[in-house]
Amino acid sequence: MTYVVTDNCRGCRYTECVTVCPVECFHVDEAMTYIDPENCIDCGGCAPACPVGAIEPDYRLAADKKYWIDVNRKRAAETPVISARLAPLPGADERKLALGR
Amino acid sequence: MTGSAANELRIAVVGSGPSGFYTTEALLRSGAPVTIDMFERLPVPYGLVRFGVAPDHPKLKQVTMAFDRIAKAPGFRFIGGVKVGDDVTVDELREAYDAVVLATGAELSRPLGIPGEALPGSHSAGDFVAWYNGHPEFRDLQFDLDHEAAIVVGHGNVALDVARILAKTADELRQTDIARHALEVLAESRIREISIVGRGGPAQAKFSAKELRDFLELSACDTAVDGRDVAPDEFEPLNPGDPELIEKLSLLRGFSQHAVTKPRRCLVRFGLSPVAIKGRGRVETISFGQRSGAVEDIACGLVFSSVGRRTTPVAGVPYDDDRGVHANMDGRVANGGSVIEGLYVCGWSKRGPSGTIGTNRGCGIATAEAVLADIAHRRPRTDTPEALLSRVVSRVARIVSYPDWGTIDAAEKRRGAALGKPREKFVTIPDMLAAVDA
Repeated sequence: MTYVVTDNCRGCRYTECVTVCPVECFHVDEAMTYIDPENCIDCGGCAPACPVGAIEPDYRLAADKKYWIDVNRKRAAETPVISARLAPLPGADERKLALGR
Repeated sequence: MTGSAANELRIAVVGSGPSGFYTTEALLRSGAPVTIDMFERLPVPYGLVRFGVAPDHPKLKQVTMAFDRIAKAPGFRFIGGVKVGDDVTVDELREAYDAVVLATGAELSRPLGIPGEALPGSHSAGDFVAWYNGHPEFRDLQFDLDHEAAIVVGHGNVALDVARILAKTADELRQTDIARHALEVLAESRIREISIVGRGGPAQAKFSAKELRDFLELSACDTAVDGRDVAPDEFEPLNPGDPELIEKLSLLRGFSQHAVTKPRRCLVRFGLSPVAIKGRGRVETISFGQRSGAVEDIACGLVFSSVGRRTTPVAGVPYDDDRGVHANMDGRVANGGSVIEGLYVCGWSKRGPSGTIGTNRGCGIATAEAVLADIAHRRPRTDTPEALLSRVVSRVARIVSYPDWGTIDAAEKRRGAALGKPREKFVTIPDMLAAVDA
């Protein structure tokens, strides 16, 4: 198994996940973070740390979110590792509210 | 070591578990001219990753690769086999280093505080975990598994680890890094029923859904929830936006409806507070208070209490008895309201035993920020690490370096390979030290 970042991250990118990842398996682009499934050790620390509930274990994803497993794998291979927290994207707090968080 | 420039900051980290390594990482990455000496009382690093994480959770142990990466950074030195508070005092460290960070974990098990707890057959879960993981200081404990029933008191992940290790067959454990002495005892276990008993209801249980899922895959053990303990609506999450809670309750509901056919079973019990452990000369029953006020006696030959842990006090460091940690204000050790200059804490010895391995990364970053914020105002050192270590070396059998640990590590892996295990741990300090010289 692995943990997976899903669409709630887009437009927020709080990156709280990065701080608590013990193995630096998060990658980042301009929109969101991705988990490298080859390096994730399934510790589960990131899921409760995410302010917008964007992260789930792969087996727990709803059918219409399963495609994020492949997106994470593909984008993690194409993007750099992020080793320290970034400032959230502009408008992150508004989006968080809109997500009901 | 990166030279000895006058502005170089020499920092001692005490403890080599996750929080010690992550504080080290944050300090070394800060850009400040920092060198770290990491003190560890054993010859081997990794703390609870080696001695706490269950042997059948090998993926989690891959985190040691991150620790090894941190240890390779310039400016890092491992000083194994030196016990702070015993071989060297905290005050000696404070004189020789610009800052001292305690990362000493939470090793003491909290007692249940009920009559009968000292009876033979009554153990703390933490001791059992350290024993099956081959901790040298716990290796000689005796666990008599020649009984049909065991009770684990507590609803955290450690309680589930203990129950699962008891529930597994020797074949399910044989190819893990479980200590050989533990595998031999577990292979002869007569335990058939393991009750995992907590005070709260299903929604209050602290164990994670992921740990609970492991119980779906036991080869010789069914898991059940006693329907008498739980009203049907207690399986309904009050917060439908919490996927972790939803999964946990759904798993528990499944266990409550599950047919029991395998030779062993785990019973998850709710709403029961232990009142007394009873028996003539050894554990025979535990009395629990039900939510209704009635008392229920459960027969068992073994009890494992898993109701929390406390930090071991260290001489010269004020202790917060209420929280069971080194007294501190956001990572700065403090006596009452006054901060003790140059002394810090991180991890479980700062905030108590909670969170996952990665929680300690954020915690370590915060402690490192406190260290670096204060360091411009530090008082001058009156001793040097080199002078201190030259005195310490005569007080210990041997100071173990990180390359020495690499030699021990390789030897353990070789021993394990012959048995189809990832490693066979050395479980005594003399054996660890002998492996360095072999």
